Amino acid sequence: MLDNLLFVVFPYVAVAVAVVGTVYRFLTNQFSFTSLSSQFMESDLQFWGSTLWHYGIIPTLVIHMMGFVFPKLMEALHGTPETLYLAEIAGKILGIMALAGALILLYRRLSQSKIRVVTTPADWLVIALLINQVVLGLWIAFGYRWGATWFVHTVTPWTVSLATFQPAPQFVSALPLIPKLHFLNATLLILLFPFTRLVHMITVPVEYLWRSFQRVIWTRRRVV
Amino acid sequence: MKIRSQTAMVFHLDKCIGCHTCSIACKNIWTDRQGAEYMWWNNVETKPGTGFPTLWEDQEKYKGGWELKNGKVELKLQNRLQTFANLFSNPAMPTMDDYYEPWTYKYGDLFNSPLGDDQPTARPISRIDGQPIDIESGPNWDDDLGGSNVYAVNDPLLDDMSEEEKQRLFSIEQLFYFYMPRICNHCLNAGCVAACPSGAIYKRAEDGIVLINQDKCRGWRMCVSACPYKKTFYNWSTGKSEKCILCYPRLESGQAPACFHSCVGRIRYLGVLLYDADQIEAAVKVPDEQLVQRQREMILDPHDPKVVAAAKESGIPDGVITAAQRSPVYRYVKEWELALPLHPEYRTLPMLFYVPPLLPVLNATQSSGTQLVETDLFSSLENARVPVRYMSRTLAAGNDELVIKSYQKMIAVRLYKRAQTVGDVTAEEANAALAKAGMGAEEAEAIYHLTSLPSYQERFMIPPASREGDIEETYDPQQRKAEAGFGRSQGAHRGL
Repeated sequence: MLDNLLFVVFPYVAVAVAVVGTVYRFLTNQFSFTSLSSQFMESDLQFWGSTLWHYGIIPTLVIHMMGFVFPKLMEALHGTPETLYLAEIAGKILGIMALAGALILLYRRLSQSKIRVVTTPADWLVIALLINQVVLGLWIAFGYRWGATWFVHTVTPWTVSLATFQPAPQFVSALPLIPKLHFLNATLLILLFPFTRLVHMITVPVEYLWRSFQRVIWTRRRVV
Repeated sequence: MKIRSQTAMVFHLDKCIGCHTCSIACKNIWTDRQGAEYMWWNNVETKPGTGFPTLWEDQEKYKGGWELKNGKVELKLQNRLQTFANLFSNPAMPTMDDYYEPWTYKYGDLFNSPLGDDQPTARPISRIDGQPIDIESGPNWDDDLGGSNVYAVNDPLLDDMSEEEKQRLFSIEQLFYFYMPRICNHCLNAGCVAACPSGAIYKRAEDGIVLINQDKCRGWRMCVSACPYKKTFYNWSTGKSEKCILCYPRLESGQAPACFHSCVGRIRYLGVLLYDADQIEAAVKVPDEQLVQRQREMILDPHDPKVVAAAKESGIPDGVITAAQRSPVYRYVKEWELALPLHPEYRTLPMLFYVPPLLPVLNATQSSGTQLVETDLFSSLENARVPVRYMSRTLAAGNDELVIKSYQKMIAVRLYKRAQTVGDVTAEEANAALAKAGMGAEEAEAIYHLTSLPSYQERFMIPPASREGDIEETYDPQQRKAEAGFGRSQGAHRGL
């Protein structure tokens, strides 16, 4: 019963709220979509904190996604000891980078009175949950051996079962407490996504790769 | 030929008295808000000086503008891929310390302090976090400190001058300094537009005003670094960038922008320039010393029937073409070649032009500081090698000739009018001066009139806004009427 609530109902609610909430917020209040950068107030710690955090967490997130979308590829990658070691080490380094960055950013927010002025309660919540998530992730990486391998046989079938609307919580309900907390914290972050600054994730300016440098806009393009 | 119209500007620096009325007019209308209190969309600097933000002209520090590299023009800040690598921390971001920390005073203490032996004081407190601060710098901190060994001497443009030359500029009785009012240049090849990862910054095709779409801005802050003039600002409260909007709501209703309107010295001119947009790319690729000439060539003669026909074909309304024909900016920039762009070497094709100040340059050559003998003007100019070089580094990418030509014309106009009104210069001398400057009496008269006696309408030839017409054809005017207005339906606050 509890497993159904935590690993079926909760994820569905979180994803539904995230999708509907983000779309609604984008349509009604696009002004609020911004990085909310505070580099203007303090630049040196911001460089180390933000760079380490983003350079650590984005690849980590992408690798997690690969596990969901291409489980066969991940499995093949873990098939030989060499590539398995590589994957484990890379994952740990990225996780430590992200943790170091997040801790620097937290220290920056706590220690600088000017940064605290531009910090909302939601910001404190987000940074606490993110640090929690990375700590849990590293705990799994160091405490439960070869997580990268058993991931494809537990988490992947569970998320696939949710995505195909044939929920099978038994894939994860037997796991130890720490991985379970890691999943729940992730689900909580998804739930909070549309209500926090996390929405800046969907504003990656991909178009900048090809758009022309200058932009000239007519109120109405005249027909010549 | 792809002709576009640009609402362009001329500032006549000889008339600027450095009163900052323009800055205050702008501040009161646009930037008197939390997050924007440190912004000065219009500011007036004492030059030589370090300016606002401090050392903004030092592009090795701030990486603003464009660079000509192997025949290609690239943003000095970063290329497209580097933009993504630097998305999380802008490498050349000016911080609040480079501007100043806004403050107020605890006035309440003057009234609420308990009775005591000492007079209560109002301590300065930060307007960011409310903490007491020691005020160490502020907007326009070096006002009137031309010649200062703390401020002026650090001007980046003096870096190639010898100690002896600096001494000459800064010696007490020959002190060389002038005021430089600055707003957004509404460039044709704007660095801010090019650097914006979100594509939120754009140029309005109708009048060339560069604006930031506040809904599309995602606060990546690349525009702040990429603008070599440091005229885009990051609002630390809303997390969006903001800049001078050339008071477009005023322009659209036929009024001059607030800083133009309020200018006490009447130094500001506003009018339409027609230019060939197809030439932009070629115009920014020429070597430094040809940049001004190339920019002038892009600006087209609105009296030329061929240009008029092409302009109509490009969709420019008749009213705008008429305004271009009467534009004071066209006369100063193209017809008379008196006005020069600020730092053309940044290759942004700025559309704000400055008539270089003659008086401080001449003053710097006088030995006694007494009344200038008018006929000595030309020889004074020849002796003013150092100030002229400073002006040409400011306004002509180091091409002294352009500045000297502008000065020769201004001197000739003075001699010409002096011969008419005072009489201590003979008509022959005046004519010789005109000939030396390569102009006729008619032109001198016209320059004199537009410089000294222009009416409000002559200074500000505001083109009729065609936007109502544009909207009418796509939008029911009654509906538009119900929706139009200033402000937002929701407050511009931080985050959700």
